[in-house]
Amino acid sequence: MRATSIIFRRELGSYLRSPIGWVIIAVLLLVDGIMFQVFAMRGEQLSAQVLERYFNFSSYFAGAAGVLLSFRLIAEERQNHSMVLLSTSPVRDTEIILGKFLAALTFLGLFLVLSLYMPLLIKVNGKITGAQILVGYLGLFLLGATTLAIGLFASALTRYQLIALLVAAAIAVVLSNVYQLATRLDSPVRDVLEQVDLWWVRFQGGFQRGILNLKDVVFYLATIYFFLLLAVKTLESKRWQ
Amino acid sequence: MIRATNVSKFYGGKRALGPVSFEINPGETVGFLGLNGAGKTTALRILACDLRPSNGTVEVGGVDAVADPHEVRKRIGFLPENPPLYTDMTVIDYLKFAGELRGMTATQVKKRMSEVLEVTDLTDVSGDFIGTLSHGYRQRVGVAQAIIHQPKFLILDEPTRGLDPVQIVEMRNLIHDLKQNHTVLISSHILTEISQTCDRLLVLGKGELLGKGTESELASHKGEIRAITVTLRGADKAAMKTVLAAIDGVTKVAEPYEQGGGLSFSLSTNKDCRAEVSRAIVEAKLDLLKLDYSRSELENTFIRLVGGADASN
Repeated sequence: MRATSIIFRRELGSYLRSPIGWVIIAVLLLVDGIMFQVFAMRGEQLSAQVLERYFNFSSYFAGAAGVLLSFRLIAEERQNHSMVLLSTSPVRDTEIILGKFLAALTFLGLFLVLSLYMPLLIKVNGKITGAQILVGYLGLFLLGATTLAIGLFASALTRYQLIALLVAAAIAVVLSNVYQLATRLDSPVRDVLEQVDLWWVRFQGGFQRGILNLKDVVFYLATIYFFLLLAVKTLESKRWQ
Repeated sequence: MIRATNVSKFYGGKRALGPVSFEINPGETVGFLGLNGAGKTTALRILACDLRPSNGTVEVGGVDAVADPHEVRKRIGFLPENPPLYTDMTVIDYLKFAGELRGMTATQVKKRMSEVLEVTDLTDVSGDFIGTLSHGYRQRVGVAQAIIHQPKFLILDEPTRGLDPVQIVEMRNLIHDLKQNHTVLISSHILTEISQTCDRLLVLGKGELLGKGTESELASHKGEIRAITVTLRGADKAAMKTVLAAIDGVTKVAEPYEQGGGLSFSLSTNKDCRAEVSRAIVEAKLDLLKLDYSRSELENTFIRLVGGADASN
């Protein structure tokens, strides 16, 4: 895991040095803030409803941030030929993927921390608990981490960043809306699709409302593991191609 | 020692390399010579454990590169065709990163850093961002990352690619220095580069190993015609030609032409008879201005080998 730490430090340094990561965060925070002003703060509402609405649209930004922060991670290295340094060093593919994932996750965490002022404003002016905010943010973090893992997998597939972005966005959008498709189908396909939904069932029905279900946490963790494993296997397979 | 046995590589259904077998002994500097698409880069990437062979075995220092690539990578420094650089890092930060990736501790990297910067002549730009460096310096940074962990085996894929003439000479000198402490493999399609830096050559063409040996071994083909050009000062053209034609090994003396204040004679020979030619000229009391054992020797060998491969394909 020493190599993971080395790669993590380089990647995080790269995020902090390059303007791209900061621009992504700034734009998402700006739009998130506008949405908060326009949709969450309109008229008289219960503070719990305002918070719920805030988490609802913030989940789009957390998901988008995950994809936007990850689609370049491997594809860009291949395009710039710097991937060879990693692939010819005594470093396991798992360590490469983990180092990059954890760096992007840290930057995603920074984005979420910077958005905390909005729920804190609701807390100051309304009657919500810290636990509701915490559960909502755990949901945002897990959702963002999942789309980040999806983006990393897509990035491992190709050297073309645009293709990686499109593939990651497509997977994330489909998995986030598979519940809608499931409602139009019959059992048992419906039951299966409902279980793999990323947003409607897990987030909207749980974290967004301040409800913490362990099975939802496990689902997100399992999905993250699944896509990270796919990314590792994709890197391994590239050596055989 | 590096030992490749029946190594081949297929991209999809297309054969890019092999099967080829060769050995590289410790301390040797070996050149992979071949035209573009000959399989040089594929061979080097397999040796550097960046690619896995489709068939065959590769042993580096007694370790199986397919079964234990992790261990082999510790022993190898690799400069690919395009140096693997992070343009957003300074030279010193990048080398620290590369060293630590290869298993060095921060203290070990710190100790080794000044030595590497000095060998690669990067001291003056060590604090600069790689993105601001010229192509020549970037190539040097590429070499620096390959040697930071003091590997036994150094693999350089087209190290002079894209360099200007001055940078080529500098890179050649750098490689010469590296030969002292490493077993070096260099790939190139530039004949002079290979002939000036390598002890032994492996000639690749269309994925096959067409020849191996030293430059003279490869050139010592039965009946091979070699060329020597001598430039002599004097007026008696016929007498000079007679002296040259009488030398053992000289099969033909072409009509001379004026060059550099003298007369240049092109001699066709059936063996390396530079010593006999110079001795005969001195004994005949002729003024020798220049003797050139044709630089095209390797070129001829290369064309013969590669031309044969082309003809057979």
